[in-house]
Amino acid sequence: MHEMAVTESLLAIATRHGEAAGASRVTDLYLVIGRLSSIVDDSVQFYWDFVSKGTVCEGARLHFERVPATFRCLECQSHYELDGDFTPCPECGSSRIEVVAGEEFRLESVGIES
Amino acid sequence: MTASSRRVEVREDVLGANDLLASENRARLELAGVFSVNLMASPGAGKTSLVERTVQALAGQMRVAFVDGDLATSLDADRAAAAGAAAIQINTGGECHLDANMLQGALDQLDLGRTDLLIVENVGNLICPASFRLGTHKNVLIASIPEGDDKPYKYPGTYRGVDALVLNKIDLLPYVPFRMEYFRQGVEMLNPGVVTFVLSCRSGEGLSDWLQWLVGSVEAHRDTRKVE
Repeated sequence: MHEMAVTESLLAIATRHGEAAGASRVTDLYLVIGRLSSIVDDSVQFYWDFVSKGTVCEGARLHFERVPATFRCLECQSHYELDGDFTPCPECGSSRIEVVAGEEFRLESVGIES
Repeated sequence: MTASSRRVEVREDVLGANDLLASENRARLELAGVFSVNLMASPGAGKTSLVERTVQALAGQMRVAFVDGDLATSLDADRAAAAGAAAIQINTGGECHLDANMLQGALDQLDLGRTDLLIVENVGNLICPASFRLGTHKNVLIASIPEGDDKPYKYPGTYRGVDALVLNKIDLLPYVPFRMEYFRQGVEMLNPGVVTFVLSCRSGEGLSDWLQWLVGSVEAHRDTRKVE
């Protein structure tokens, strides 16, 4: 897994935005993670506590908003949501599908004290 | 003074910094007229064997550079160098994937002006490399018969993001249970119509289609550049 690299990147972004906004402390990180993005919450949290130590983000709480995977069938055009697994279209059984949502991995906002 | 709390909007992709570097790598390769592929596969699927075969076959036709990512050793780069490529080894020191920054460092060491094709061999892993763009033109996944026919279903992220698929070790089909239809159905669901090469690095069967695609891509790339 690569949550360490990901968490360092997260820290850099949160620190940059926090400092630009004049934060004395970043208290909260609001993350949006798609079901398909293969990011494990617990693992990010584990590394977060470790990498954020001694920074303006130390002790910040991570909030994960999971976005379900949404697919569109390329045959019958129907949309369907799944909990992360790829399955053929439940309407017509076609395997020709496209991902509409579920790959997000975004820092949406940060809570700060100034 | 009491601390005041507020919320600041960020809306930034967490891997945005990597993506930015990947774009820089791409621009650099474009400028030098180099076509590049990123080979991904599980350990033992035959990444380096395919590189060896490819470099040997293209010797004299074009100048090939090779960048290898591995946790340790330069065994793979040595093999590619022996086959005739300009080879750079990146030891990721435990990282499970190459990222754009690592590739940037490798590009610094290559003479891109004297390169037609750059082959990057990612760390053997079916999960992590898919999340980190490198800036290469095409992502290629190498699957192999002994891995089993269920891999598309188990590693959808990697199968979905690739531009070409190589199915290696077909010389082992008589000895290993592998349902080709089941495998293909999984691939089709994740990546409809993806260009697929069924081959054996060992026997050489099917290699010519792969080479043709690669040479065609390099030439098409060169031609595009001439038009610009």
